[in-house]
Amino acid sequence: MFDDFFIRALVAGIGVAFITGPLGCFVVWRRLSYFGDTLAHSALLGVTIALSLEFNIALSVFITASVIALFLIQLQKKTNLPGDALLGLLAHSSLGIGLVTIGFLSFIRFDVMGLLFGDILAVTTNDLLIIWIGGVLILLTLRFIWKPLFASTVNYELAEAEGLKPDIAKAIFTLLMAAVIALSIKMIGLLLITGMLIIPAAFARNLSDTPKKMVLFSIIGGLLSVFLGLFSSLKLNTPSGPSIITAALILFVISLFKIKQTIKLKN
Amino acid sequence: MSLDKITLVRLKDAGIKQDEKWLVQGVSLEVNRGKIITLIGPNGSGKSTTAKIALGIYKNYEGTVEKFTNKIGYVPQKISIDWTLPLRVADFMVLTENLSADEIEEALSLTGVNHLVNKNLGNLSGGEFQRVLLARAISKKPDLLVLDEPVQGVDFTGEIALYELIKKISEKLNCGILLISHDLHMVMSATDHVVCLNGHVCCSGSPIDVAKDKEYKALFGDQASQTLSIYEHKHDHEHTDDGKIKQKN
Repeated sequence: MFDDFFIRALVAGIGVAFITGPLGCFVVWRRLSYFGDTLAHSALLGVTIALSLEFNIALSVFITASVIALFLIQLQKKTNLPGDALLGLLAHSSLGIGLVTIGFLSFIRFDVMGLLFGDILAVTTNDLLIIWIGGVLILLTLRFIWKPLFASTVNYELAEAEGLKPDIAKAIFTLLMAAVIALSIKMIGLLLITGMLIIPAAFARNLSDTPKKMVLFSIIGGLLSVFLGLFSSLKLNTPSGPSIITAALILFVISLFKIKQTIKLKN
Repeated sequence: MSLDKITLVRLKDAGIKQDEKWLVQGVSLEVNRGKIITLIGPNGSGKSTTAKIALGIYKNYEGTVEKFTNKIGYVPQKISIDWTLPLRVADFMVLTENLSADEIEEALSLTGVNHLVNKNLGNLSGGEFQRVLLARAISKKPDLLVLDEPVQGVDFTGEIALYELIKKISEKLNCGILLISHDLHMVMSATDHVVCLNGHVCCSGSPIDVAKDKEYKALFGDQASQTLSIYEHKHDHEHTDDGKIKQKN
């Protein structure tokens, strides 16, 4: 019934939804959406480095995003600029450098649109392996640092005082963010990755009263978005990344009605 | 068997500087098992700062801090929790330690808020939240409890009950308690050792000794002094803005 490429896209999308669900919750809780954007923008630089050095793209994006994250932490310590200004500075300058580098790589045929908005229909079996193995590793790591990360998200000083070592958890989480972006860039595209992190989590927030429920609903929201987005993309011949994000938005809007009801009940 | 001298945390000449100004300096104190030690002092005298140095939240301190336990329960003075988090009291109780439903229930009952276990943390009143904070800190049966004004916002009768509870807990768990309190009656009745801070240690000792100390009255005034002591005395030095002793000309 479906073509191979569609099955591959579906399997990849399911994998991505499982990873972005829980991490997206932390992005919302820790107010990191612009930070995610910055890492995603730097991914373009990672891709161009990979292409010019004939290096694995996912690995290169992961390393570039990690370096940018470390650089950001250093800048925060050494300057008096506010965090959002530094994020903007890094996001746009790494995007700029990435695009300039593409100009120099005229000998390579290069799908900039696919990079910006994702090309889920060009997912190879190799990509599937990377997404699923990487995804399992990311989720296991997140499970491992959950307690200190969540405790310091609620209150840093409590976590630090009671011996949970929140700084280590935060550093590991930053690496996980870089890894998620590296894994999902080909699918969703660097302009839309943060949407895939935030929108299902926002949808889940409207439906949940506990952190664990929110993680669960965030995964479900991501999966539904992938299914809806991909099928409509196939039927209507629309680009897949934006279709998935649009589907996620529709789910979010529906979840708003549920919130309205709860507020009415409370009053 | 004497458990008097099992030290949980020891500060020696500890202090912390910010922008070339001492927030607090030269603090030496020990929290021992089964004992309640109370920090008193005016606003900005470095009480919370001292507690945070002892807890290891501040890392760029000077002097030495030795901690002999990692089982710590902490009730901070100010806590900024992001109320957009979907967080019930039950989720907050297991924030740093895994507890069974029974243990959660038991701790919340002790502070009188077990009926709130499924309520969203953002919907609690100030006093209710303070009781939950205290319940969370004691639920993990810590060796060391650091309580920074643990009963702020609690109604008057509740306040007395909670202080009695704190005293009972120190005996039951045989834990050491570092308490910051403005309630001088409490300081007098339940504390083993008082440290009076004003940027530095003004005086310290048993509550009765401290009440006799001349620096104590200068800091807290006549009324407070009458609470603790019938002694009259003169203050022999003045403080500069950062709490140092002003040199006489």
